[in-house]
Amino acid sequence: MNVLLFARLRDELGQDSIELDLPEPVQIADIRAALQQRWPQHQNLLASGRALVAVNQTLINNDQQLVSSRDEVAFFPPMTGG
Amino acid sequence: MAVRVQTADFDVGAEYQQLVNNNPADGAVVFFVGLVRDLNQGDQVKGLFLEHYPGMTERALEQIEADARARWPLGRVQVVHRVGQLEVNDQIVFVGVSSPHREAAYEASQFIMDFLKSRAPFWKKETVRDGSDHQQRWIDTAAKDTEALKRW
Repeated sequence: MNVLLFARLRDELGQDSIELDLPEPVQIADIRAALQQRWPQHQNLLASGRALVAVNQTLINNDQQLVSSRDEVAFFPPMTGG
Repeated sequence: MAVRVQTADFDVGAEYQQLVNNNPADGAVVFFVGLVRDLNQGDQVKGLFLEHYPGMTERALEQIEADARARWPLGRVQVVHRVGQLEVNDQIVFVGVSSPHREAAYEASQFIMDFLKSRAPFWKKETVRDGSDHQQRWIDTAAKDTEALKRW
C-alpha cells in the first residue's frame, strides 16, 4: 500500500510517499494509525482533521472507508489555495 | 476546459475575453483576481511557493465549477490558478463567471473562491523576513476560510 504525502506533511515526515505493509482491504483509520506508529513525534499532525485524505483524487471524510493497493491514497494538511 | 493550473502568469484581459467573446446570452460578468500580499500575520512577506496535487487539483476545481453550475444559471466559468514560486504583487488566481443575471454572477464567483480556498489541493509556503534573515513557513488554514463555506 503506497501512500502519497504533500506539503507540510511531506516536509515533516521527510518523504513524498511511504510504502506500508497492511492487510487489504484496509480502513483509512488503520493507515492513519500505521503512519502515527511510524512517526510518533508527528501524531498530532497525522490526526483526523489535521491530516486530510484523498482516495483516487477525491477528498474522503470517512476514516472507515476501505481501500486497497489499487487505490491512489494521499494524506495532506488542510488546503490553503486562492 | 475552463479550469487551468499553470506556473505561467495570466493576462486578465485575455481571460475576460474568454468570458465575453461571442456570448450574447450573458449580461453579467464578475471576476476576482487574487494577488500575493506583502504582509501576513504581522510579518513582511518576500514570496510565496504554491504546491498542488497534480490531477486531483483539476478534478477538484471542475467539481467546484459543476457545483456552482447546479446552483446558478451560469454561462461561462473561467478558473486559472498558478503554482510554483511567486513574488509579492504577483497574480495567483483568476475566477470569472458570466451569467444572464448579476446576482448569480456575484454569488457564483464568491462560492467558487470560497470552495477553491479549502477544497482544492493547493498549499502555500511563504518566505518571510526574520530580522536580517529569511525563513520559510507553511501557511495554516485561516478559520475564516473554513467558516466561509458555511454560508453556502
